[in-house]
Amino acid sequence: MTIDVAFLKSISYFSGLNTTELDIIEKAFSEKTAQRGEVILLEGELSDTLFFVAAGAVKIFKTSTQGKEQILSIARLGDALNDISIFDGGVNPVSAQALGPVVLHGIKKDRLQGILQQYPKVALNASRVLAGKTRQLLTLVEDLSFRHVLGRVVKILLTHAGDGTTPVQRLTQQEMAAMAGTAREVVARSLKVLEEQGHIRLEHHRIVITDKKSLQEIVAESA
Amino acid sequence: MPLINQEKCNQCQLCISVCGCGAIVMVNNVVTVVETEDCHWCTTCEAVCPTGALTCSFEIVVEEG
Repeated sequence: MTIDVAFLKSISYFSGLNTTELDIIEKAFSEKTAQRGEVILLEGELSDTLFFVAAGAVKIFKTSTQGKEQILSIARLGDALNDISIFDGGVNPVSAQALGPVVLHGIKKDRLQGILQQYPKVALNASRVLAGKTRQLLTLVEDLSFRHVLGRVVKILLTHAGDGTTPVQRLTQQEMAAMAGTAREVVARSLKVLEEQGHIRLEHHRIVITDKKSLQEIVAESA
Repeated sequence: MPLINQEKCNQCQLCISVCGCGAIVMVNNVVTVVETEDCHWCTTCEAVCPTGALTCSFEIVVEEG
């Protein structure tokens, strides 16, 4: 099976390598496919292969003991799925599920270690990728830890709510995230929490505020 | 239905690959949303779109009573 060298070049891990080096590295890769909904990696299990997304989109998430899901990111073209467990030798800290048909390019852990020793540039690239992920996760931790984000999301809902008779400005989760200064994933989680607590009801392209008074109390408490 | 801003769309087709109801298709090599009652507003297409071209907006209303 031939892995596209141009694809390897587009992966952050292998940026700056010349074609000869990429030609050698390419031989260490194999291809794997996954269908929509297929779990590619399971939280708590060991991995022996580092996977990169070559086509499609993969949901990276954690599941609580109560079965609640927190999406951490969406992996797209060139993104690595499980570098944390590959580098520290521990179990997968997250699960990964195909959102549609997905093509993955994988490299076995021992082959990767050889490449890291042979090409220090790859090790430097890997450290940069991991630092970027740490930064993104720290931002997410901050947003999920502090109650004021929920309060900001609630305030946005109250500010933009109509009575259902006159047209009001419609908002996407991305727009709400930009307004609240947080990630889209945090807005999605906040809306789920509010629905579970009975403050709102999520309908087909509508967010129905079922308990306006309690939402006003959340805003007041988080101020 | 979800909206596509064609100026932002890079035709990567990730939205098509994740849409479970066939609401997003290629028409004349252009990513296009078609009307379907099967769309449950999961907003996954918006989540995967790398350029922010695809949007699923919500109307926010207060329930009477």
